[in-house]
Amino acid sequence: MRELSLNVMDVAQNSVRAKASLVEISVEESDRDDSMVITISDNGCGMTEEQVQQVTDPFFTTRTTRKVGLGVPLFKLSAEQTGGSFDIRSRIGEGTTTTARYVKSHVDMTPLGDINSTVEIFIRCNPDIDLVFTHRTDLGELRLDTRELREVLGDVSLDTPDVLEWIRQYLEEQSQIIYGGA
Amino acid sequence: MKSLAELQAIRDRARANVTLRKENPNAARVLVGMATCGIAAGARPVLNAFVEEIAKRGLSEDITVTQTGCIGICQFEPVVEVEIPGQDKVTYVKVAPEMVPKIVNDHLVNRNVVTEYTIGAMTK
Repeated sequence: MRELSLNVMDVAQNSVRAKASLVEISVEESDRDDSMVITISDNGCGMTEEQVQQVTDPFFTTRTTRKVGLGVPLFKLSAEQTGGSFDIRSRIGEGTTTTARYVKSHVDMTPLGDINSTVEIFIRCNPDIDLVFTHRTDLGELRLDTRELREVLGDVSLDTPDVLEWIRQYLEEQSQIIYGGA
Repeated sequence: MKSLAELQAIRDRARANVTLRKENPNAARVLVGMATCGIAAGARPVLNAFVEEIAKRGLSEDITVTQTGCIGICQFEPVVEVEIPGQDKVTYVKVAPEMVPKIVNDHLVNRNVVTEYTIGAMTK
């Protein structure tokens, strides 16, 4: 993957397949601490202990359309190749939390890329699933919680074109602030 | 700055249009393959290109762009399926963002399949 935001997009699909009603994506990056931590958690069906152990094996998948599952192994590799770490915790009926820790200055660090696009596409394609997106830098925090948007929108769906455009602009504005561009 | 008041205005406009949208019998669907294989092959810019082209033409209420999983032809990713009610589903393969305006114009607007981009043409 050319961007970590693509790994996030890929792994978040596992939460969709796990029938999660709430997915939380968190990116915490710090130049001061030379670190980036990406966490994807959900309240989906969860996995057994055996499945958790198997899930980082590229030749394990719960899918039936093909015999390999590369999403989690690639995400794990992206973290470990920077000297970071990777962790999955899951409980049946409660959900799964995937955490990737990076050493930001490492030569093999993959750029985060367009994480806002990942968030927008997730909402566009899964308007019935709630998403909490948090992006923290040394300068501040961006937070988008679709549950709060739903309170305003009522019966109007999150995938309404004007709503998606509002979300896109909101993320762009807030990103400029946390990257010091505004 | 984006405000919740703007979102309320959007809600009110959307409520006024919602009946219209639900009754649209010709709503088409664009499904972009977004499993690991599709994402790694460049599906995200393709999906974004469809969203932008459709918005530019004012067709966002008539065409839904969404994602699908792996359909088992990873070697042909990015794969895009176009579904128009009353017509056969068409599978476009190895789709690049620059191919998107032609698919939107020829197929989604004018109902002419872009044969040279389909899996049938690609496997000949």
